[in-house]
Amino acid sequence: MSRLHVVSGKGGTGKTTVAAALALALATDGRRTLLVEVEGRQGIAQLFETGALPYEERKIASAPGGGEVHALAIDPEFALLDYLHMFYKMGSAGRALKKLGAIDFATTIAPGLRDVLLTGKACEAVRRKGKDGRFVYDFVVMDAPPTGRITRFLNVNHEVAGLARTGPIHNQAQAVMRVLKSPETAVHMVTLLEEMPVQETADGIGELRADGLPTGAVIVNMVRPAILDHAAVEAAAQGQRAAVAKALSQAGLGGARRGGLAERLVDPLLEQAREHAERVALERAQRAELTGLGLPLYELELLTDGVDLAGLYRLAADLRKQWPM
Amino acid sequence: MSMDMAPRLDTDALLADPETRIVVCCGSGGVGKTTTAAALGVRAAERGRKAVVLTIDPARRLAQSMGIDALDNVPRRVEGIDGSAGGELHAMMLDMKRTFDEFVEAHADPERARAILANPFYQSLSAGFAGTQEYMAMEKLGQLRARDEWDLIIVDTPPSRSALDFLDAPKRLGSFLDGKFIKVLMAPAKVGGRAGMKFLNVGVSMMTGTVSKVLGGQLMRDVQTFAAAMDTMFGGFRTRAEATYRLLQAPGTAFLVVAAPERDALREAAYFVERLAADRMPLAGLVLNRVHGSGAAQLSAERALAAAETLSLGLAEASVAPTADDPENDDPENDGPGNDDPESDGPENLVEGGIVDPGSGNAQGQNASAADDPPAADAPSDPDGSPTSAERLAVDLLRLHAERMQVLAREQRTHHRFTTLHPEVPVAEVAALPGDVHDLSGLRAIGERLAEQTEQQQATPTPAVG
Ligand SMILES: Nc1ncnc2c1ncn2[C@@H]1O[C@H](COP(=O)(O)OP(=O)(O)OP(=O)(O)O)[C@@H](O)[C@H]1O
Ligand SMILES: Nc1ncnc2c1ncn2[C@@H]1O[C@H](COP(=O)(O)OP(=O)(O)O)[C@@H](O)[C@H]1O
Ligand SMILES: [Mg+2]
Ligand SMILES: [Mg+2]
Repeated sequence: MSRLHVVSGKGGTGKTTVAAALALALATDGRRTLLVEVEGRQGIAQLFETGALPYEERKIASAPGGGEVHALAIDPEFALLDYLHMFYKMGSAGRALKKLGAIDFATTIAPGLRDVLLTGKACEAVRRKGKDGRFVYDFVVMDAPPTGRITRFLNVNHEVAGLARTGPIHNQAQAVMRVLKSPETAVHMVTLLEEMPVQETADGIGELRADGLPTGAVIVNMVRPAILDHAAVEAAAQGQRAAVAKALSQAGLGGARRGGLAERLVDPLLEQAREHAERVALERAQRAELTGLGLPLYELELLTDGVDLAGLYRLAADLRKQWPM
Repeated sequence: MSMDMAPRLDTDALLADPETRIVVCCGSGGVGKTTTAAALGVRAAERGRKAVVLTIDPARRLAQSMGIDALDNVPRRVEGIDGSAGGELHAMMLDMKRTFDEFVEAHADPERARAILANPFYQSLSAGFAGTQEYMAMEKLGQLRARDEWDLIIVDTPPSRSALDFLDAPKRLGSFLDGKFIKVLMAPAKVGGRAGMKFLNVGVSMMTGTVSKVLGGQLMRDVQTFAAAMDTMFGGFRTRAEATYRLLQAPGTAFLVVAAPERDALREAAYFVERLAADRMPLAGLVLNRVHGSGAAQLSAERALAAAETLSLGLAEASVAPTADDPENDDPENDGPGNDDPESDGPENLVEGGIVDPGSGNAQGQNASAADDPPAADAPSDPDGSPTSAERLAVDLLRLHAERMQVLAREQRTHHRFTTLHPEVPVAEVAALPGDVHDLSGLRAIGERLAEQTEQQQATPTPAVG
């Protein structure tokens, strides 16, 4: 089982939600996980219904069976000051750099450097050991950038090792790359059963593979139940209209005769069922596409009232049931 | 319902108005900006405009069907458009890197341009950090407008989490290129390397030294070369960005905010509307995309679920006493919207007792044996026309309907919240199609739905929201 879980996917498919649920699931039964956010949006804090996370690791939830989820929102600016301090013992010079706009420059403009800092921090947490010689975190889960940027994001250390050919940044970048390309890491993709996210997932996995980055699972999120398929709907529309009207009437929805309330419901209800059946068929095709990727596929249901804390625990339990952990 | 106070957005009038020269589709990611932009393009062209659509990240099949999947960064005529009204449609997909390269080539002498294009720092800059895509979309819009070949330009915006990025990102890029830091970096290169250092105060030279140490010498030199080479273009960047920004404020421009009827998307839309007002940019209205409707909106989710319960209960008991032809229910006065009066007739009372657990098929506490019934929600494998199979179907139809009505109610609540905050913003609703939109006929369908606003919405009865 990998220790660094990187969760990517098309924007809005549920990366943050799934990363949080995965962190909870992995923490179950006495484990300790660190959930890391790199996009500076405080999505984790919102999800766990706490105030904004400072740049420090802190416990944000207990998992069933005594586990703990800790969280860290990595701020690139702080991460850079951290590094400067680590490598150069620069306190006041760091502040001066900041005034000059150098930190801004380094973190928002030199995209490689920013991402090196983010991935570097996550890898540091993966490798960190306590006084007892054991890993401080059993697992680290990263709410990562979206599919379109993930390969570049993870590979940027490679790029930067090439740009900064010597010096501490170079060495650091190489060390991070070693972790990211090892089986210690798994990159998961979150998707919906819709054309664009599935396409992006397939493309993203292709890119990861081409760059030798370790792929993990595909998580199909917001799955809705399939109630009726085409065959049933068409059969109903052809031979059973009267019988359906009668059944509706029996259920207290008005008369089944022509023009009666129940009878007049049949057409619109069948129309909705047709739309549903079309969606079911499309989803089946998308699911087949995903199956073709050759990665484990896990599914999470759509929580119709949105994801609150209880919902998050439900998704975690769901993941745990399906995922060999 | 107070939502009806919001004015309707008349997109056909907007597209028909010869004064309308630029339409910008904004909104947060995945809401349907690209689809809306393309659909408006098709509709405008088929109603006689000579239109061009600048798409940023179309779904692959959509790009293929419009013939714009080849990334050559120039508009292509779209085949299959009905030109009988005298219109044409051209479309292109933005190639960000290429637009940036072309910009460099146009603004620097050949030698300098070569140096910039080969610089590794430029390469990572142009391949995309936050803001480049937005900046290049604006740049391309400026170019299309300058060519003056089209009487209507429809612009899609990059996929970003915030609609505001389209307006803000170019400025961020500009302020970096104008920034203090880059001038400090450039200073040694400008005055001739080492020798120039003495003109700088000690503090700054210490600083560049530190930066160089941290970034690594090579990277530092690349950045300096880049900064020096770009120096002549800074003015160009700023002037262009400012000109395009003014273009967006001009009377011929109309912004459409696209949103899905979901909380996050509508919150973004509200921010954007406020921002447009603050920047005095002309908002045409809100396109509420992927909205759900129902042809049976008079039947509430609660009643549908209760009726499904009743039927499942009957199925569980296997032998159902025939009550179907209750003559009371045939009374034509007794139906239509608004007949939610719970004390109306007999079956209703039965229904009330049936609501126990709408989520499951079991009416617990009513009949212990019901719990052992196979779930009625499974698709009947054998729709043989027997009464039980019709009842199973009816149960499924009712459950689907209840689900639909719940979606509808949720969408209306979020929509309502938006119209309460911004009652002045005209709104057009576009129904969710069951499948993706990936060809011209799909785009036409979206265009028609956009245009049909008034009739469509007046015809749909206000659903009973429970
Ligand atoms: N299984 C689910 N059921 C219902 N709603 C869900 C589910 N998963 C996610 N959501 C909702 O979908 C929305 C998007 O989820 P989330 O923020 O996790 O996505 P994301 O991929 O991190 O988005 P971004 O790309 O903006 O970072 C949120 O409102 C979230 O609550
Ligand atoms: N009204 C609609 N009905 C059904 N599918 C839609 C509708 N509008 C958009 N889509 C689909 O949603 C997906 C995202 O749309 P797109 O226009 O690419 O969004 P954006 O440009 O805002 O990211 C596409 O697959 C598109 O076909
Ligand atoms: Mg997120
Ligand atoms: Mg788009």
